[in-house]
Amino acid sequence: MSWPILSVVTFLPLVGVLFILLLRGGDDGARNARWVALWTTIITFGTSLIMLWHFDTKLAEFQFVEKHAWLASGIGYHMGVDGISLPFVILTTALMPLCIIASWRPIQTRVREYMIAFLALETLMIGTFSALDLVLFYLFFEGGLIPMFLIIGIWGGQRRVYASFKFFLYTLLGSVLMLLAIMAMYWVAGTTDIPTLMRTALSPNLQKFAWLAFFASFAVKMPMWPVHTWLPDAHVEAPTAGSVILAAILLKMGGYGFLRFSLPMFPLATQDFAIIIFVLSVVAIVYTSLVALVQEDMKKLIAYSSVAHMGFVTMGIFAVTTEAVAGAQFQMVSHGIVSAALFLCVGVVYDRMHTREIAAYGGLVNRMPLYAVAFLIFSLANLGLPGTSGFVGELMILIGTFKVNPWVAIVATLGVILSAAYVLWLAARVMFGKLEKPSLAGIKDLDYREIICLSPLVVGTIFFGIYPKPLLEMSAASVEQIVANYQRALEVAVKAVGQ
Amino acid sequence: MGLFHAIVFLPLIGAIIAGLIALAGARARHPGGSAASGAEDHAHDHGPHIHQPLPEHGAVIHDTHDESHTEGPPAAGSRLAEIITAGLLMIAAGLSWYAFVSVGFQGNTARIAVLNFITSGDLKIDWAIRVDSLTAVMLVVVTTVSALVHLYSIGYMADDPHRPRFFSYLSLFTFFMLSLVTADNLVQMFFGWEGVGLASYLLIGFWYQRPSANAAAIKAFVVNRVGDFGFAIGIFALFMLAKSTDFETIFAAGPSIAGRNIHVFGHDFNALTLICLALFMGAMGKSAQLFLHTWLPDAMEGPTPVSALIHAATMVTAGVFMVARLSPLFEMAPDAQTFVMFIGASTALFAATVGLVQNDIKRIIAYSTCSQLGYMFVAMGAGAYSVGMFHLFTHAFFKALLFLGSGSVILAMHHEQDIRNMGGLWRKIPFTYAMMTIGTLALTGFPLFAGYFSKDAIIEAAFVSKNPMALYGFLCTVGAAGLTSFYSWRLVFKTFHGKPHDHHHYEAAHESPKVMLIPLAVLAVGAVVAGYLFKDVFAGHHIHEFFRDSIRQDEGIIDAMHHIAPWIGFLPTVMMVVGFLVAYLFYIRSPQIPVNLAREHDVLYRFLLNKWYFDEIYDFIIVRPLLWIGRLLWKGGDGWLIDGFGPNGISARVLDASRNVVRLQTGYLYHYAFAMLIGAAALITWFSFAGPH
Repeated sequence: MSWPILSVVTFLPLVGVLFILLLRGGDDGARNARWVALWTTIITFGTSLIMLWHFDTKLAEFQFVEKHAWLASGIGYHMGVDGISLPFVILTTALMPLCIIASWRPIQTRVREYMIAFLALETLMIGTFSALDLVLFYLFFEGGLIPMFLIIGIWGGQRRVYASFKFFLYTLLGSVLMLLAIMAMYWVAGTTDIPTLMRTALSPNLQKFAWLAFFASFAVKMPMWPVHTWLPDAHVEAPTAGSVILAAILLKMGGYGFLRFSLPMFPLATQDFAIIIFVLSVVAIVYTSLVALVQEDMKKLIAYSSVAHMGFVTMGIFAVTTEAVAGAQFQMVSHGIVSAALFLCVGVVYDRMHTREIAAYGGLVNRMPLYAVAFLIFSLANLGLPGTSGFVGELMILIGTFKVNPWVAIVATLGVILSAAYVLWLAARVMFGKLEKPSLAGIKDLDYREIICLSPLVVGTIFFGIYPKPLLEMSAASVEQIVANYQRALEVAVKAVGQ
Repeated sequence: MGLFHAIVFLPLIGAIIAGLIALAGARARHPGGSAASGAEDHAHDHGPHIHQPLPEHGAVIHDTHDESHTEGPPAAGSRLAEIITAGLLMIAAGLSWYAFVSVGFQGNTARIAVLNFITSGDLKIDWAIRVDSLTAVMLVVVTTVSALVHLYSIGYMADDPHRPRFFSYLSLFTFFMLSLVTADNLVQMFFGWEGVGLASYLLIGFWYQRPSANAAAIKAFVVNRVGDFGFAIGIFALFMLAKSTDFETIFAAGPSIAGRNIHVFGHDFNALTLICLALFMGAMGKSAQLFLHTWLPDAMEGPTPVSALIHAATMVTAGVFMVARLSPLFEMAPDAQTFVMFIGASTALFAATVGLVQNDIKRIIAYSTCSQLGYMFVAMGAGAYSVGMFHLFTHAFFKALLFLGSGSVILAMHHEQDIRNMGGLWRKIPFTYAMMTIGTLALTGFPLFAGYFSKDAIIEAAFVSKNPMALYGFLCTVGAAGLTSFYSWRLVFKTFHGKPHDHHHYEAAHESPKVMLIPLAVLAVGAVVAGYLFKDVFAGHHIHEFFRDSIRQDEGIIDAMHHIAPWIGFLPTVMMVVGFLVAYLFYIRSPQIPVNLAREHDVLYRFLLNKWYFDEIYDFIIVRPLLWIGRLLWKGGDGWLIDGFGPNGISARVLDASRNVVRLQTGYLYHYAFAMLIGAAALITWFSFAGPH
């Protein structure tokens, strides 16, 4: 690649922002802002596909690397992707156009600002996944908070202020600690360059401190139990596209962070603290599944279900076996597709009825057969039915974790029973039965805009469920390297203690 | 694309085509609309005037006897969907019989890798087609019954407006079932396993307007998931110990796993026994064995052809097939076999007792299915896998026949299912009557009918088995044989003999169309001859020639079965006659006897009528507590504890504190700089002492 494609992909959305800023206000401005945002995200997606095309899956190293001196010695503008981050970059660029389409009609106020927020968010998200310098990463990672905070706080539902502040408070608390750890690491290693730090063996004490600090930030992002309570509120109040991005991308930053930092940089601490993660993950799976069972709000139910699914991811990451880590990586992408789709599905009926209350629906299949088919497919993927992408990740995580800690895997598998119960019960209450509520009598099936939004996600869900190989292959080399380096680090430490 | 590809994928192609027809039809009936128009309607609902539901949709008079959807003309392309799916299935069935001969008798087994599925670390899973004799038996059972059920459904579902969807689901089910039986590894088997569960869910809930059908569909899926929990744990454990999920590899690793112990709760357990028990839990769910059986009777909410195909002949036998497929493991885990026999025998007897007093024609047959599956597991526990497969094979014919026959009765009676409202129907529907009688003779084990060979062989196998539960298994199956005969004849007598109880329906009763009767006739032929023709292959001298390595079976047990005392061989037949005579006495000669009996033994009668109160107990000890805990965790855990002491509590404290802090905000830059300096100094101090150096 002779041109800096990664930076181009990252900052292309800002070009769109520039265009929107140049637009005049008024109705025309709103319409044009939508089109500019749509084309920007489509072009960004296309460019990211070029990157995918040139990506060599056999290499574990970072590719498309760009490195320039920046702030100070040791703090540089360093970008690059590997098999762990590229899937997230593609997921982000792929979902963005769908989000813009999904916001086409529902968002009618401050359209230009809304589109600007989304495009800025896209840049920050892509940057988070491709930054190879801790300071750069931190900027992107925390910067993403701001547009999301605004999206919830301005275009959200009735309790949007409470939700956005809760979201902000939680995430900020985590990030402050992470910033401290980054400073400490710079202090010790003299650099914030991520590949360099991965090769640096930090002292056990610093590892512990930094691990905990990073954990505080990522655990909130995932979110892990018990710092998950911001998520249901944020989802409920966020506009549809906000929920989509929140569930599909922002939650994955936590898992990505664990894979990128905790495992490679703090292997000793990871080993020590893995049991804590296991316990929290298993609690999350069972606890939030039970809570999901009794939810009365569709978005809350899916939000709690997300927490349970992220419990699988954290469990898989900290099992540190090839199968489990690859499974966790796959599960994150799969959940990105499925949860995005589920929130879009909720958005479809919310746009029509302006309520997310489960009890307000019933018998939708009588009027909305296509919608029912899509919703059911995503529901089945959510409960991990084999043949959908939801199964592959869960299987690999559980099979890989069982090798390390059978009890944890067994308790986690219980979640599979509960997920079937809450998912199918939701589907039955919303879609099946007679269409008796008079308010629903005039409801219409999916329009073409919604079909365009949902069909690629249906295809992805089933395709990756039957043939996950392209995705698994993309990350295989990097995953194997993470696991191998982790084990080598532990061996070295054991030898050191022996001497 | 070879023979086996065709067998497996033709149904899938049919399912996709029918599914697309169904979707196109649905789209045509319910065109999409923008969100805004929905919103207008919504606003309209809250308008000042009273909203009138659309006449053709909203206020439909619901006939409680009407099984079908209550609205709409038939979907366009229904005929096309029927012809395509049924035609493809018939081709698949023909090919399957060819494969049966080719694989079973000529030894042309096959293992074809279709596509790589998952490769990661030690985990290497392929989509594959494995066909050996065991699979070949399942192929003919599945495709034959499925083809006949497709054909039958053309008549049975003729009035239903959603036929393309129905046929799509039927074919989809068949595909999943075929991918289950052709699996070469546990994960693909699990794919088919849950896939048939999905198809079952969709078909039980096919009439989605009925709340009871939706509840039954969810129940079936969730209860099966409880079983699948065990199945999954078994897979994980096998992978941990054998580093593979391929059958060949895990069978080869079997002896080494059998030699290992696992320490659980302070005791050492044999690893292979635990694994087999976990896997068997999956089989218990799918095959509706005791404790996980509660979904099967409710599954009768689905259309009757579904009950015949899925909940009698094929899907519910998947558990039996699984144990047979894993016979190399179960043979090395005698303790697990003991448990298998215990559960099988208990289920055989338990379900038969419940079947005695039920009044819904389909539920009687459902409990009968449950009971017969118990028989099959008794054979599995005895180590006589081929004998269990024999019963699976013959049972598929006569139980499908009974279900489809009862469907013909139900249609004749305008969707009446309560046998108390029937009676005397043999005059009105003589052909159905003849078919049901043949099915009953085969089920009860009348000499030379199919069940006679297979069921008696199971009872003999239980008798000669060295399993510690052998005697229990023998007694239960013999007892259940008598009960089976009683409830089966009770059904026939109350339905077809005596006086009609509902004259209105009786007068209107009519024989079903030929498209339904032909499948009945074909199945009836199977119910008569399947036992005699194949007895040598499954339970005689040709077992090894036929099955070869596809199952691993104790050679001695078949020999021992052939050398037992004659009275053992006669015992099931005697029980069958006794059951028949009692039923004859109760329901033809002196109909007041059962009425009096029920009154005198009210408690027992209610106990049986309410199916031993399993549903109520599960609701009380599992469902309600879980919902209660869920609510507690939500309101108490998330709401009160985490939020109360977390963000909400903190923000409240912060508000308090900020009132005080305001006084510290002096506005002077040097104050802030000083505070930062102190902070940085504290940090540096911390690092230099407790930190990394």
